[in-house]
Amino acid sequence: MNEDLREHIITLLNSDKRLDGRKPLEYRKPLNIEYGFTKTADGSAKVILGETEVLVGIKMEIGEPYPDRQDEGTIIVGAELIPLSNPNFESGPPGIQAVELARVVDRGIRESSTLDFKKLCIKKGEDIWRVAIDIVTLNDAGNLFDASALGAYAALQNTVFPKFEDGKIIRKEKTTKKLPLKNVPVSVTVCKIGSKFIVDPTSEEEKVIDARLTVASIEDGTLCALQKGGEYALTEEEIAQMLEIGIEKGNELRGALKNG
Amino acid sequence: MSNVLVNEKDIVVPGETLAEGMDNLPGEGTYRQGEKILAGRLGLAHIDGRAVKLIPLSGKYNPKRGDTIICKVTDINFSGWRVDTNSAYSAMLSMKDATSDYIQKGADLTQYYSLGEYMVASIVNVTSQKLIDVTMKGPGLHKLKGGRMLEVSPYKVPRIIGKQGSMVSMIKTATNCRIIVGQNGLVWIQGEPDKELLVVRAIKKIEEDSHLSGLTENIKKFLEAESGVKLGE
Repeated sequence: MNEDLREHIITLLNSDKRLDGRKPLEYRKPLNIEYGFTKTADGSAKVILGETEVLVGIKMEIGEPYPDRQDEGTIIVGAELIPLSNPNFESGPPGIQAVELARVVDRGIRESSTLDFKKLCIKKGEDIWRVAIDIVTLNDAGNLFDASALGAYAALQNTVFPKFEDGKIIRKEKTTKKLPLKNVPVSVTVCKIGSKFIVDPTSEEEKVIDARLTVASIEDGTLCALQKGGEYALTEEEIAQMLEIGIEKGNELRGALKNG
Repeated sequence: MSNVLVNEKDIVVPGETLAEGMDNLPGEGTYRQGEKILAGRLGLAHIDGRAVKLIPLSGKYNPKRGDTIICKVTDINFSGWRVDTNSAYSAMLSMKDATSDYIQKGADLTQYYSLGEYMVASIVNVTSQKLIDVTMKGPGLHKLKGGRMLEVSPYKVPRIIGKQGSMVSMIKTATNCRIIVGQNGLVWIQGEPDKELLVVRAIKKIEEDSHLSGLTENIKKFLEAESGVKLGE
Protein backbone atom coordinates (compact mmCIF):
# COMPACT_ATOMS: atom_id res chain seq x y z
CA MET A 1 0.00 0.00 0.00
CA ASN A 2 2.77 2.43 0.87
CA GLU A 3 5.44 1.24 -1.54
CA ASP A 4 6.02 4.68 -2.99
CA LEU A 5 6.42 6.27 0.41
CA ARG A 6 8.68 3.44 1.55
CA GLU A 7 10.90 3.76 -1.49
CA HIS A 8 11.13 7.50 -0.97
CA ILE A 9 12.04 7.15 2.70
CA ILE A 10 14.69 4.49 1.97
CA THR A 11 16.27 6.63 -0.76
CA LEU A 12 16.46 9.49 1.71
CA LEU A 13 17.88 7.25 4.46
CA ASN A 14 20.63 6.05 2.14
CA SER A 15 21.95 9.61 2.22
CA ASP A 16 21.30 9.84 6.01
CA LYS A 17 18.26 12.05 5.65
CA ARG A 18 14.64 11.81 6.64
CA LEU A 19 11.38 13.28 5.36
CA ASP A 20 11.38 16.08 7.91
CA GLY A 21 15.08 16.84 7.50
CA ARG A 22 16.26 15.05 10.63
CA LYS A 23 19.22 12.69 10.91
CA PRO A 24 18.25 9.00 11.30
CA LEU A 25 19.08 8.95 15.01
CA GLU A 26 17.69 12.30 15.99
CA TYR A 27 14.69 13.02 18.17
CA ARG A 28 12.17 15.63 17.18
CA LYS A 29 12.16 19.06 18.77
CA PRO A 30 10.70 20.44 20.91
CA LEU A 31 10.82 17.80 23.60
CA ASN A 32 8.99 19.33 26.52
CA ILE A 33 7.65 17.94 29.75
CA GLU A 34 5.08 19.90 31.68
CA TYR A 35 4.72 18.68 35.24
CA GLY A 36 1.46 18.84 37.20
CA PHE A 37 -0.72 19.46 34.15
CA THR A 38 -4.00 18.47 35.85
CA LYS A 39 -4.84 19.51 39.38
CA THR A 40 -7.33 16.69 40.02
CA ALA A 41 -4.79 13.90 39.62
CA ASP A 42 -2.29 13.02 42.33
CA GLY A 43 0.44 13.41 39.78
CA SER A 44 0.50 14.27 36.10
CA ALA A 45 2.70 15.27 33.22
CA LYS A 46 2.24 16.31 29.63
CA VAL A 47 4.87 15.39 27.10
CA ILE A 48 5.28 17.26 23.84
CA LEU A 49 7.55 15.50 21.36
CA GLY A 50 7.45 17.31 18.06
CA GLU A 51 3.75 17.28 17.23
CA THR A 52 3.01 14.27 19.42
CA GLU A 53 1.31 15.10 22.69
CA VAL A 54 0.63 12.68 25.53
CA LEU A 55 -0.94 13.36 28.90
CA VAL A 56 -0.31 11.01 31.82
CA GLY A 57 -2.26 11.15 35.06
CA ILE A 58 -1.72 9.22 38.26
CA LYS A 59 -4.25 8.29 40.91
CA MET A 60 -3.22 6.79 44.22
CA GLU A 61 -5.72 4.18 45.34
CA ILE A 62 -6.04 1.82 48.27
CA GLY A 63 -6.33 -1.85 47.44
CA GLU A 64 -5.80 -5.34 48.67
CA PRO A 65 -2.44 -6.97 47.98
CA TYR A 66 -2.05 -9.96 45.71
CA PRO A 67 -2.16 -13.27 47.64
CA ASP A 68 1.44 -14.08 46.76
CA ARG A 69 2.73 -10.57 47.40
CA GLN A 70 1.25 -9.76 50.78
CA ASP A 71 3.54 -6.83 51.56
CA GLU A 72 3.80 -5.15 48.17
CA GLY A 73 1.93 -2.37 46.48
CA THR A 74 1.42 -2.36 42.74
CA ILE A 75 0.99 -0.28 39.61
CA ILE A 76 -1.71 -0.43 36.98
CA VAL A 77 -1.15 1.16 33.61
CA GLY A 78 -4.00 2.00 31.26
CA ALA A 79 -3.76 3.69 27.90
CA GLU A 80 -6.51 5.38 26.00
CA LEU A 81 -6.00 6.23 22.35
CA ILE A 82 -8.70 8.81 21.94
CA PRO A 83 -10.20 9.38 18.46
CA LEU A 84 -9.33 13.08 18.69
CA SER A 85 -5.64 12.26 18.51
CA ASN A 86 -5.72 10.18 15.33
CA PRO A 87 -8.54 9.60 12.84
CA ASN A 88 -7.78 5.87 12.88
CA PHE A 89 -8.48 5.49 16.59
CA GLU A 90 -11.96 4.33 17.58
CA SER A 91 -13.64 4.99 20.90
CA GLY A 92 -14.69 2.06 22.99
CA PRO A 93 -12.79 -0.67 24.79
CA PRO A 94 -9.01 -0.59 24.34
CA GLY A 95 -7.76 -2.31 21.19
CA ILE A 96 -4.53 -4.16 20.52
CA GLN A 97 -2.57 -0.95 20.07
CA ALA A 98 -3.74 0.57 23.36
CA VAL A 99 -3.10 -2.64 25.28
CA GLU A 100 0.39 -2.92 23.83
CA LEU A 101 1.19 0.69 24.67
CA ALA A 102 0.00 0.24 28.26
CA ARG A 103 1.91 -2.99 28.70
CA VAL A 104 5.16 -1.63 27.30
CA VAL A 105 4.98 1.37 29.62
CA ASP A 106 4.00 -0.87 32.54
CA ARG A 107 6.88 -3.25 31.98
CA GLY A 108 9.42 -0.46 31.58
CA ILE A 109 8.54 0.96 34.97
CA ARG A 110 7.91 -2.32 36.77
CA GLU A 111 11.07 -4.10 35.67
CA SER A 112 13.33 -1.12 36.31
CA SER A 113 12.29 -1.53 39.98
CA THR A 114 12.32 2.26 40.24
CA LEU A 115 9.30 2.04 42.53
CA ASP A 116 9.96 0.04 45.67
CA PHE A 117 6.68 -1.86 45.90
CA LYS A 118 7.44 -2.83 49.51
CA LYS A 119 7.28 0.86 50.45
CA LEU A 120 3.78 1.05 49.01
CA CYS A 121 2.50 -1.36 51.63
CA ILE A 122 0.43 0.20 54.36
CA LYS A 123 -0.53 -2.90 56.37
CA LYS A 124 0.72 -6.31 55.39
CA GLY A 125 -1.98 -8.48 53.90
CA GLU A 126 -4.65 -5.77 54.14
CA ASP A 127 -3.98 -2.33 52.67
CA ILE A 128 -1.57 -1.37 49.94
CA TRP A 129 -1.17 1.61 47.65
CA ARG A 130 -2.14 0.99 44.10
CA VAL A 131 -0.63 3.47 41.64
CA ALA A 132 -2.95 3.85 38.67
CA ILE A 133 -1.12 5.36 35.70
CA ASP A 134 -3.40 6.54 32.92
CA ILE A 135 -2.10 7.54 29.53
CA VAL A 136 -4.20 9.70 27.24
CA THR A 137 -2.97 10.57 23.79
CA LEU A 138 -3.74 14.18 22.85
CA ASN A 139 -2.16 14.03 19.42
CA ASP A 140 -0.59 11.09 17.68
CA ALA A 141 2.11 12.22 15.28
CA GLY A 142 4.14 9.08 15.80
CA ASN A 143 6.23 7.47 18.54
CA LEU A 144 3.59 7.22 21.24
CA PHE A 145 5.71 4.58 23.00
CA ASP A 146 8.61 6.80 23.94
CA ALA A 147 6.45 9.82 24.71
CA SER A 148 4.14 7.78 26.96
CA ALA A 149 6.96 6.06 28.82
CA LEU A 150 8.65 9.39 29.43
CA GLY A 151 5.34 10.93 30.50
CA ALA A 152 4.59 8.06 32.87
CA TYR A 153 7.91 8.45 34.63
CA ALA A 154 7.54 12.25 34.79
CA ALA A 155 4.07 11.84 36.28
CA LEU A 156 5.46 9.47 38.91
CA GLN A 157 8.02 12.12 39.81
CA ASN A 158 5.20 14.60 40.19
CA THR A 159 3.00 12.37 42.36
CA VAL A 160 2.33 13.11 46.03
CA PHE A 161 0.50 10.80 48.41
CA PRO A 162 -3.00 11.91 49.37
CA LYS A 163 -3.85 11.88 53.07
CA PHE A 164 -4.72 8.44 54.41
CA GLU A 165 -6.63 8.08 57.68
CA ASP A 166 -8.69 5.28 59.27
CA GLY A 167 -8.52 3.13 56.14
CA LYS A 168 -9.77 5.94 53.90
CA ILE A 169 -8.19 8.38 51.52
CA ILE A 170 -8.95 12.03 52.11
CA ARG A 171 -8.63 13.37 48.59
CA LYS A 172 -8.96 17.02 49.57
CA GLU A 173 -5.81 16.96 51.64
CA LYS A 174 -2.49 16.21 50.07
CA THR A 175 0.67 15.39 51.88
CA THR A 176 4.08 16.51 50.71
CA LYS A 177 5.34 12.95 50.58
CA LYS A 178 6.51 11.90 47.15
CA LEU A 179 6.75 8.46 45.66
CA PRO A 180 9.97 6.62 46.48
CA LEU A 181 11.72 6.51 43.10
CA LYS A 182 15.12 4.91 42.74
CA ASN A 183 16.26 5.04 39.14
CA VAL A 184 15.12 6.61 35.90
CA PRO A 185 13.77 4.23 33.28
CA VAL A 186 13.22 5.59 29.77
CA SER A 187 12.10 3.82 26.63
CA VAL A 188 13.56 4.32 23.20
CA THR A 189 11.90 2.74 20.19
CA VAL A 190 14.42 1.90 17.50
CA CYS A 191 12.88 1.18 14.11
CA LYS A 192 14.26 -0.66 11.15
CA ILE A 193 13.41 0.42 7.62
CA GLY A 194 15.23 -1.48 4.90
CA SER A 195 18.69 -1.90 6.38
CA LYS A 196 18.67 1.37 8.28
CA PHE A 197 17.79 2.22 11.87
CA ILE A 198 15.88 5.28 12.97
CA VAL A 199 14.53 6.60 16.25
CA ASP A 200 11.43 8.67 16.94
CA PRO A 201 9.43 7.79 13.81
CA THR A 202 6.71 10.12 12.54
CA SER A 203 3.28 8.74 11.62
CA GLU A 204 4.41 8.44 7.99
CA GLU A 205 7.50 6.50 8.91
CA GLU A 206 5.53 4.22 11.23
CA LYS A 207 3.50 3.10 8.22
CA VAL A 208 6.53 1.69 6.42
CA ILE A 209 8.53 0.24 9.31
CA ASP A 210 9.83 -3.34 8.94
CA ALA A 211 10.44 -3.93 12.61
CA ARG A 212 10.69 -1.97 15.84
CA LEU A 213 12.29 -2.66 19.17
CA THR A 214 11.37 -0.69 22.28
CA VAL A 215 14.34 -0.60 24.62
CA ALA A 216 13.74 0.41 28.24
CA SER A 217 16.88 1.10 30.21
CA ILE A 218 18.05 2.92 33.34
CA GLU A 219 20.92 5.39 33.89
CA ASP A 220 23.75 2.84 34.13
CA GLY A 221 22.69 1.20 30.89
CA THR A 222 20.96 -1.77 32.49
CA LEU A 223 18.19 -3.09 30.30
CA CYS A 224 14.76 -3.34 31.91
CA ALA A 225 12.44 -4.45 29.17
CA LEU A 226 12.22 -5.02 25.43
CA GLN A 227 9.30 -5.16 23.09
CA LYS A 228 9.57 -6.18 19.47
CA GLY A 229 6.98 -5.19 16.91
CA GLY A 230 6.56 -5.10 13.15
CA GLU A 231 6.33 -7.84 10.60
CA TYR A 232 9.98 -8.62 9.92
CA ALA A 233 12.47 -10.61 11.97
CA LEU A 234 15.65 -9.16 13.41
CA THR A 235 19.07 -10.80 13.43
CA GLU A 236 21.25 -11.04 16.51
CA GLU A 237 23.63 -8.34 15.26
CA GLU A 238 20.75 -6.04 14.45
CA ILE A 239 19.34 -6.43 17.94
CA ALA A 240 22.75 -5.69 19.44
CA GLN A 241 22.99 -2.51 17.39
CA MET A 242 19.48 -1.48 18.29
CA LEU A 243 20.16 -1.97 22.00
CA GLU A 244 23.24 0.21 21.75
CA ILE A 245 21.24 2.96 20.04
CA GLY A 246 18.43 2.55 22.59
CA ILE A 247 20.70 2.99 25.58
CA GLU A 248 22.58 5.91 24.06
CA LYS A 249 19.42 7.77 23.06
CA GLY A 250 17.90 6.94 26.45
CA ASN A 251 20.50 9.14 28.11
CA GLU A 252 19.46 11.98 25.82
CA LEU A 253 15.79 11.57 26.76
CA ARG A 254 16.69 11.44 30.43
CA GLY A 255 18.13 14.92 30.06
CA ALA A 256 14.64 16.27 29.39
CA LEU A 257 13.39 15.13 32.81
CA LYS A 258 13.52 17.56 35.69
CA ASN A 259 12.74 17.02 39.32
CA GLY A 260 8.96 16.80 39.44
CA MET B 1 -32.41 43.85 6.91
CA SER B 2 -32.82 44.57 10.56
CA ASN B 3 -33.24 41.05 11.85
CA VAL B 4 -29.80 39.90 10.69
CA LEU B 5 -27.73 39.93 13.86
CA VAL B 6 -24.25 39.79 12.39
CA ASN B 7 -22.25 42.04 10.10
CA GLU B 8 -20.54 41.01 6.92
CA LYS B 9 -17.22 39.21 7.61
CA ASP B 10 -17.92 38.77 11.34
CA ILE B 11 -16.29 35.68 12.79
CA VAL B 12 -19.02 33.32 13.96
CA VAL B 13 -18.84 30.10 15.95
CA PRO B 14 -21.04 26.99 15.60
CA GLY B 15 -24.43 27.54 17.22
CA GLU B 16 -24.26 31.33 17.06
CA THR B 17 -27.51 33.01 16.01
CA LEU B 18 -27.00 34.79 12.71
CA ALA B 19 -30.54 35.98 12.02
CA GLU B 20 -34.02 35.84 13.46
CA GLY B 21 -37.36 35.60 11.75
CA MET B 22 -38.46 34.02 8.49
CA ASP B 23 -37.32 36.86 6.19
CA ASN B 24 -33.92 35.28 5.64
CA LEU B 25 -32.85 31.96 4.23
CA PRO B 26 -30.17 29.65 5.57
CA GLY B 27 -27.33 29.30 3.06
CA GLU B 28 -24.14 27.30 2.95
CA GLY B 29 -22.77 26.40 6.39
CA THR B 30 -25.86 27.57 8.26
CA TYR B 31 -29.12 25.95 9.32
CA ARG B 32 -32.56 26.94 10.55
CA GLN B 33 -33.79 26.10 14.00
CA GLY B 34 -37.30 27.38 14.62
CA GLU B 35 -37.27 31.08 13.83
CA LYS B 36 -33.50 31.41 13.99
CA ILE B 37 -30.69 30.85 11.57
CA LEU B 38 -27.66 29.39 13.31
CA ALA B 39 -24.06 28.93 12.24
CA GLY B 40 -23.05 25.34 11.56
CA ARG B 41 -19.32 25.85 11.68
CA LEU B 42 -16.55 28.33 12.38
CA GLY B 43 -16.26 30.96 9.69
CA LEU B 44 -16.98 34.42 8.41
CA ALA B 45 -20.58 35.55 8.03
CA HIS B 46 -21.59 36.52 4.53
CA ILE B 47 -24.94 38.07 3.65
CA ASP B 48 -26.02 37.51 0.09
CA GLY B 49 -29.41 39.13 -0.50
CA ARG B 50 -31.90 37.17 1.59
CA ALA B 51 -29.55 34.28 2.15
CA VAL B 52 -27.28 34.17 5.20
CA LYS B 53 -24.14 32.29 4.28
CA LEU B 54 -20.92 31.39 5.97
CA ILE B 55 -17.38 31.20 4.59
CA PRO B 56 -15.76 28.38 6.53
CA LEU B 57 -12.35 28.96 8.12
CA SER B 58 -11.63 25.41 9.16
CA GLY B 59 -12.75 21.86 8.66
CA LYS B 60 -12.57 19.05 6.16
CA TYR B 61 -12.84 19.40 2.42
CA ASN B 62 -16.32 19.60 0.96
CA PRO B 63 -16.39 18.03 -2.52
CA LYS B 64 -17.53 20.27 -5.39
CA ARG B 65 -18.07 19.52 -9.04
CA GLY B 66 -15.17 20.63 -11.24
CA ASP B 67 -12.55 20.58 -8.49
CA THR B 68 -9.19 19.04 -9.26
CA ILE B 69 -8.22 16.92 -6.31
CA ILE B 70 -5.54 14.45 -5.30
CA CYS B 71 -6.97 11.08 -4.35
CA LYS B 72 -5.77 7.68 -3.27
CA VAL B 73 -7.01 4.26 -4.37
CA THR B 74 -8.58 2.41 -1.45
CA ASP B 75 -10.44 -0.39 -3.22
CA ILE B 76 -10.81 -2.02 -6.60
CA ASN B 77 -14.06 -3.62 -7.74
CA PHE B 78 -15.60 -4.88 -10.97
CA SER B 79 -16.56 -1.52 -12.37
CA GLY B 80 -13.59 0.56 -11.33
CA TRP B 81 -11.70 2.05 -8.42
CA ARG B 82 -12.86 3.52 -5.14
CA VAL B 83 -10.70 6.46 -4.14
CA ASP B 84 -10.25 8.41 -0.95
CA THR B 85 -10.83 12.13 -1.45
CA ASN B 86 -9.54 13.42 1.90
CA SER B 87 -13.12 14.36 2.73
CA ALA B 88 -15.93 12.56 4.54
CA TYR B 89 -16.97 10.84 1.30
CA SER B 90 -15.11 8.49 -0.99
CA ALA B 91 -15.37 8.78 -4.76
CA MET B 92 -15.76 6.35 -7.62
CA LEU B 93 -13.48 6.25 -10.63
CA SER B 94 -15.29 4.23 -13.23
CA MET B 95 -13.46 2.30 -15.93
CA LYS B 96 -14.55 4.56 -18.75
CA ASP B 97 -13.35 7.63 -16.87
CA ALA B 98 -10.02 6.03 -16.00
CA THR B 99 -8.49 5.27 -19.36
CA SER B 100 -9.27 5.26 -23.03
CA ASP B 101 -7.63 1.82 -23.40
CA TYR B 102 -9.82 -1.16 -24.20
CA ILE B 103 -10.01 -3.19 -21.02
CA GLN B 104 -10.64 -6.91 -21.51
CA LYS B 105 -13.30 -8.49 -19.35
CA GLY B 106 -11.69 -9.84 -16.18
CA ALA B 107 -8.43 -7.93 -16.76
CA ASP B 108 -6.21 -7.08 -13.82
CA LEU B 109 -7.18 -3.53 -12.93
CA THR B 110 -4.12 -2.96 -10.74
CA GLN B 111 -2.03 -2.44 -13.88
CA TYR B 112 -3.79 0.91 -14.29
CA TYR B 113 -4.20 2.01 -10.69
CA SER B 114 -3.11 -0.11 -7.78
CA LEU B 115 -4.11 0.09 -4.12
CA GLY B 116 -2.53 3.00 -2.28
CA GLU B 117 -1.53 4.88 -5.40
CA TYR B 118 -2.18 8.60 -5.65
CA MET B 119 -3.57 10.42 -8.66
CA VAL B 120 -4.73 13.86 -9.74
CA ALA B 121 -8.38 13.57 -10.70
CA SER B 122 -11.24 15.89 -11.45
CA ILE B 123 -14.69 15.70 -9.88
CA VAL B 124 -17.36 15.13 -12.54
CA ASN B 125 -20.41 14.99 -10.36
CA VAL B 126 -21.52 15.19 -6.74
CA THR B 127 -25.05 14.02 -5.98
CA SER B 128 -27.20 15.34 -3.15
CA GLN B 129 -26.34 12.11 -1.33
CA LYS B 130 -22.66 12.94 -1.79
CA LEU B 131 -21.93 10.14 -4.20
CA ILE B 132 -18.90 11.41 -6.06
CA ASP B 133 -17.63 10.51 -9.51
CA VAL B 134 -14.13 11.45 -10.59
CA THR B 135 -12.44 11.27 -13.95
CA MET B 136 -8.89 10.95 -15.16
CA LYS B 137 -9.71 12.35 -18.58
CA GLY B 138 -8.66 15.93 -18.85
CA PRO B 139 -5.58 18.12 -19.10
CA GLY B 140 -3.06 17.58 -16.31
CA LEU B 141 -4.78 14.59 -14.77
CA HIS B 142 -2.40 11.73 -14.13
CA LYS B 143 -1.04 9.19 -11.70
CA LEU B 144 1.49 10.39 -9.11
CA LYS B 145 4.71 8.42 -8.79
CA GLY B 146 7.26 9.03 -6.04
CA GLY B 147 7.53 12.30 -4.16
CA ARG B 148 5.76 13.04 -0.94
CA MET B 149 2.32 14.10 0.15
CA LEU B 150 1.53 17.00 2.45
CA GLU B 151 -1.81 17.69 4.02
CA VAL B 152 -2.96 21.28 4.44
CA SER B 153 -6.25 22.89 5.33
CA PRO B 154 -8.43 22.95 2.17
CA TYR B 155 -9.46 26.49 3.09
CA LYS B 156 -5.85 27.65 2.74
CA VAL B 157 -5.45 26.16 -0.73
CA PRO B 158 -6.29 29.45 -2.55
CA ARG B 159 -3.53 31.17 -0.51
CA ILE B 160 -1.01 28.47 -1.44
CA ILE B 161 -1.88 28.72 -5.13
CA GLY B 162 -1.98 32.51 -5.11
CA LYS B 163 -3.42 34.80 -7.78
CA GLN B 164 -3.26 32.92 -11.08
CA GLY B 165 -0.92 30.42 -9.48
CA SER B 166 1.64 33.09 -8.60
CA MET B 167 2.53 31.71 -5.18
CA VAL B 168 2.99 28.10 -6.21
CA SER B 169 4.99 29.03 -9.30
CA MET B 170 7.25 31.18 -7.13
CA ILE B 171 7.94 28.16 -4.91
CA LYS B 172 8.55 26.04 -7.98
CA THR B 173 11.10 28.50 -9.34
CA ALA B 174 12.89 28.79 -6.03
CA THR B 175 13.10 25.06 -5.33
CA ASN B 176 12.97 23.41 -8.73
CA CYS B 177 10.40 20.95 -7.36
CA ARG B 178 7.30 19.61 -9.02
CA ILE B 179 4.28 20.67 -6.99
CA ILE B 180 0.62 19.81 -7.44
CA VAL B 181 -1.97 21.34 -5.14
CA GLY B 182 -5.30 19.54 -4.91
CA GLN B 183 -8.43 21.47 -3.95
CA ASN B 184 -8.97 18.87 -1.23
CA GLY B 185 -5.92 20.01 0.71
CA LEU B 186 -3.42 17.40 -0.44
CA VAL B 187 -0.19 18.71 -1.91
CA TRP B 188 2.20 16.53 -3.84
CA ILE B 189 5.85 17.51 -3.93
CA GLN B 190 8.72 15.92 -5.82
CA GLY B 191 12.29 17.09 -6.11
CA GLU B 192 15.64 17.09 -4.33
CA PRO B 193 15.29 15.97 -0.68
CA ASP B 194 16.45 19.30 0.79
CA LYS B 195 14.32 21.26 -1.64
CA GLU B 196 11.26 19.15 -0.88
CA LEU B 197 11.72 20.08 2.75
CA LEU B 198 11.98 23.74 1.85
CA VAL B 199 8.67 23.47 -0.05
CA VAL B 200 7.07 21.89 3.02
CA ARG B 201 8.37 24.69 5.22
CA ALA B 202 7.25 27.36 2.77
CA ILE B 203 3.75 25.89 2.53
CA LYS B 204 3.47 25.57 6.32
CA LYS B 205 4.54 29.23 6.57
CA ILE B 206 1.86 30.24 4.09
CA GLU B 207 -0.71 28.30 6.12
CA GLU B 208 0.33 30.03 9.33
CA ASP B 209 0.68 33.55 7.96
CA SER B 210 -2.17 33.45 5.44
CA HIS B 211 -4.16 36.10 7.32
CA LEU B 212 -1.29 38.59 7.45
CA SER B 213 -0.83 41.31 4.86
CA GLY B 214 2.14 41.22 2.51
CA LEU B 215 2.07 37.44 2.39
CA THR B 216 3.61 37.12 -1.07
CA GLU B 217 6.43 39.50 -0.15
CA ASN B 218 7.17 37.60 3.09
CA ILE B 219 7.23 34.23 1.36
CA LYS B 220 9.43 35.63 -1.39
CA LYS B 221 11.93 36.89 1.19
CA PHE B 222 11.79 33.56 3.00
CA LEU B 223 12.43 31.58 -0.17
CA GLU B 224 15.23 33.86 -1.34
CA ALA B 225 16.96 33.60 2.03
CA GLU B 226 16.59 29.84 2.24
CA SER B 227 17.26 28.80 -1.33
CA GLY B 228 19.62 31.50 -2.49
CA VAL B 229 17.65 31.84 -5.71
CA LYS B 230 16.89 35.39 -6.74
CA LEU B 231 13.20 35.69 -7.55
CA GLY B 232 12.12 38.33 -10.03
CA GLU B 233 8.82 40.15 -10.10
